[in-house]
Order: sequence, then C-alpha cells, then structure tokens
Amino acid sequence: MRNICVIFRKQVIDTLKNKTILIQFLMFPVLVIIMENAVKIENMPEHFFVKLFAVMFIGMAPLTCMSAIISEEKEKKTLRVLLMSNVKSAEYLIGVGSYVFIMCAAGTVIFAIVGSYSGVELAQFIMVMSVGIVLSELTGAVIGILSKNQMTAAGVAVPVMMIFSFLPMLSMFNETIKNVARITYSQQISDIINNIGVSGITAENIIVITVNFAAAVALFTAAYIKQFSAINRV
Amino acid sequence: MRKLNGSIKTSKISKSFSGKTVLKSIDLDIKNGEIFGLLGPSGAGKTTLIRILTGQLSPDSGNAFIGGTDIRKITGRERRCFGITMDDFGVYERLNCYDNLKIFAGIYGLSKANIKNALKKVGLSNAEKTAAGKLSKGMTGRLKLARAFMTDPDILFLDEPTSGLDPAAAAEIHKMILEEKRHGKTVFLTTHIMTEAEKLCDNIALLNDGKIVEYGKPKEICRKFNDKKTLKIHLTDGRDIEIPLDKNSAETVAELISTGKAETMHTTEPDLETVFMEITGKELFA
Repeated sequence: MRNICVIFRKQVIDTLKNKTILIQFLMFPVLVIIMENAVKIENMPEHFFVKLFAVMFIGMAPLTCMSAIISEEKEKKTLRVLLMSNVKSAEYLIGVGSYVFIMCAAGTVIFAIVGSYSGVELAQFIMVMSVGIVLSELTGAVIGILSKNQMTAAGVAVPVMMIFSFLPMLSMFNETIKNVARITYSQQISDIINNIGVSGITAENIIVITVNFAAAVALFTAAYIKQFSAINRV
Repeated sequence: MRKLNGSIKTSKISKSFSGKTVLKSIDLDIKNGEIFGLLGPSGAGKTTLIRILTGQLSPDSGNAFIGGTDIRKITGRERRCFGITMDDFGVYERLNCYDNLKIFAGIYGLSKANIKNALKKVGLSNAEKTAAGKLSKGMTGRLKLARAFMTDPDILFLDEPTSGLDPAAAAEIHKMILEEKRHGKTVFLTTHIMTEAEKLCDNIALLNDGKIVEYGKPKEICRKFNDKKTLKIHLTDGRDIEIPLDKNSAETVAELISTGKAETMHTTEPDLETVFMEITGKELFA
C-alpha cells in the first residue's frame, strides 16, 4: 500500500509540472463551463455540451494520460528504477491508475455540477462516467505497456482516442457511423448519459459495455504478462 | 530485515540472448569491503553480469551468491542492501533533486534527514531545488549515486559510473567511491577506463566476449606481462623512440648514450590497456 501511495504522490507532483498531462484533465471541464454559459441556442437540448464533452472527456483524458505516463517512464528508464526498488509492477499500475481515476473523477464532478444532476440521476451519471474512465484507463495502459517510447504510444493512442471520443459525436449526424459506433463503450455511455432522466439503461448498453470491459481486461492481462515477464529478456 | 554481508561469489554463470552467448562460465570471488572492477569493451557482457547479480535477469546456468545467499533467494526487501546505478537508469526530469530522492525515500521508509544526507554526500545540497532535467551530466550522475547511497547499502553496483564525464567530475565520483570503501562497503563497478580501475580497484577482471580473460590485482596482472616492458628514449633531435627492454637492445642503448644522442630515457611498464590488447588483440575502447 505504501508503494501505491508513493507512486500516487509522485504523479501529483509530476503532473503539476507536466502541462501536456495537466491540459488533458482540465480541457473539457473548463470547456464545458465556458460553452454552457456562453452558447445559448434555441431548441438546443438541455445541457447539450455537458453530454457531448463528458463522453469526449472519458474517451480522451484517461486513455492518453495512462499511455503517456507509462510510456514516458519506460522511455526514460525510471520504471526500471522503481521496479528495482521493490515496487511491484501491479503497485505501479494501481498507483498511476488511481491517480488518473481521481483526476478524471474530479472532472466528472465538474460535469455533474454544470449539468445540474442530482439524486438518482447524479448517481447514475457518476457511475457510468466511472465505468468509462476505467475502460479508457485499461485501454491507455495497454498502449503504454506495449509501447517502447512516448512517440510510439502517442502514434497509437491518438487514433484510438479519436475513435472512442469522437465517434459518439459524429454518430449524431450519420446513421451508418452510429451503427458502427454502437459496438464501442463510449457510444453506449453516450446513450446512457443522453437518456438519464428519460429512460433507463438498456440491455444493449450493459452487454456492449461488458464485452468491451472483458476485451479490455483480456488485452491488459496479455500486455501485462508479455511486458513484465519480458523484463527477464532485456 | 536481514542484512547481507558484502561478499559476492559466482560460479559458472552463463547467459545467452537469442542464441548469442553473452556470458560464458563466469567465476568471481569478491570479498566484503573490496572494490572490484569489471573491465571490458562495450558489449563484453559487463552490464548483463550486473543485471544478473542485482536480480534484474536470471542466469541460464550457474550460481551466484551475495553474502552467502543464493541471488535467486534474495528478497525484494533484502535488495535494499544494494545500491545500484546503471548507466541507463533515468531520473524524473521535471522533479527537483529533493523530490527525486523523496520518491525512493518513501518506498524505503526513509526520513527527510536521509534525503538531505544523501544530497550532501554527493555535493548536491545546493541543487536540491533544481529540476533534474536541468542538471549537467556530471550532476545527474551524482544524483543517481545519491539515490544509490540513500539506503546506506552494504554493496554498491555501479555500472560505468563515470562514463562520459569530464576528468574533474570523474575525480569527484572516484572520491565518493573510495569514501564508501572506507566505510566498509563492497563496490562492484564496471568500466572501460583502465586508469579508473587501476586507481580504485583492489581486484579486477578483464572480460572479453563474455569470458574472463584475466582476474586479479591490477598491478599483479600487469606484472605478468613484464616482458612487454619498453624503454622510452627522448633523443636530442626531439624524436622519441621506444625499444623493447631486453638484452638485444643493449647495443642500441649503449650507442645512443656514447654518441650523446639520448637526452632522457625511462622504462615503461605494461598498463591494463596493453595487457588487454596483448590478450585479446582488441582495444578496450573498441
């Protein structure tokens, strides 16, 4: 537990000096405050920007931050020093993962406040956002673990992030895109958020998210085993 | 936590990567409190051996013991008795020196005083608020040493500790290493700088293509090759000549002296570089 706390504290100090990561956590929560207050268009759905940016936020921030943090530690060989200092790879990933989760959860609270969620709707919003954050973190961790350096990680993370964060928005304009996007967790989360207070969570929502979750866990496990057993092969 | 005695013993350690043998049957016997130097050109297998001894790699065959304990049985907590700096170990560039060490102090359960002491030991007290990314190469090397010294380890594994440093920075690090020896620490260092090994090490091993080709005290190794002694003569016309120091050269020397052509002359003993070249036909810096 001590090592997890050390990694968590390290991330807090480091992020304050790392604008690239910091901006990921702040961009959408700040944008939503600005847009919700600045843009008032007739017939625009209530809290349109909250629903739009919340999905983009969970598709982008946890994924890119996890992959960037892990790949940087690999590239700069600081991960090796940590592992040599009796920090277990699982402790490291939990430390970084819990840090990214808390930062994204803080962003979620801002979305919830701006979206004026309360009671059951608030609980539903936070729950579905949390599921999305965890799924994106797992995907980002897979990319970070398998990448040799930050450049490789960014090369993979950016297109993957664009799929998960932009498909739900594009699917609003195109039915074909929507049909494709339905297999992604971010589209299902977008549907759930859009239906909060209107209709409940559907079976499709649960099945697709569960399948996405199982796939992410399987990929993460495979990447974890491959990478951390590969330490012995240099 | 059990403390480890600083002795290191290896028996027939071998390691291959993708079919290429990197270490072949390495036998070492390093006493507690000794500075041991592993010399060899790049790619000789020095870093691989350190990685095996510090638990970063498993040997394909053979055994290694640290303080009498099989390295495979050394626990993560016991590895706290090791201070390790590898050439490729990184630092957190955005964090300052103090925060860099604070991470590891947190992992090892050390106090602020330990961090301050470690920084003082390596002469970085004045730079504790400087971001590691803004340090010179020499200072970064010292920060890595501070990280290794912080736990007050019994054994220091230093992989090319002065690689790429200017002579003044290297001399500072030599001083720190000798200071650690004075405190009874065992130091296992790899280097390709023969003068460093001659200056610091009680014993050395010359590693070539994964095999130890010479092992012993630096002076004794050089003495074995005394037949390679030469006579360096500075002539009055400004030229320098070097001739073997044997009876066949007696006539030449006598003639140079009698004709007044020799201004100065002195014998040169073979150094480790010469010895290495003699044994392997390669240069240490290759």
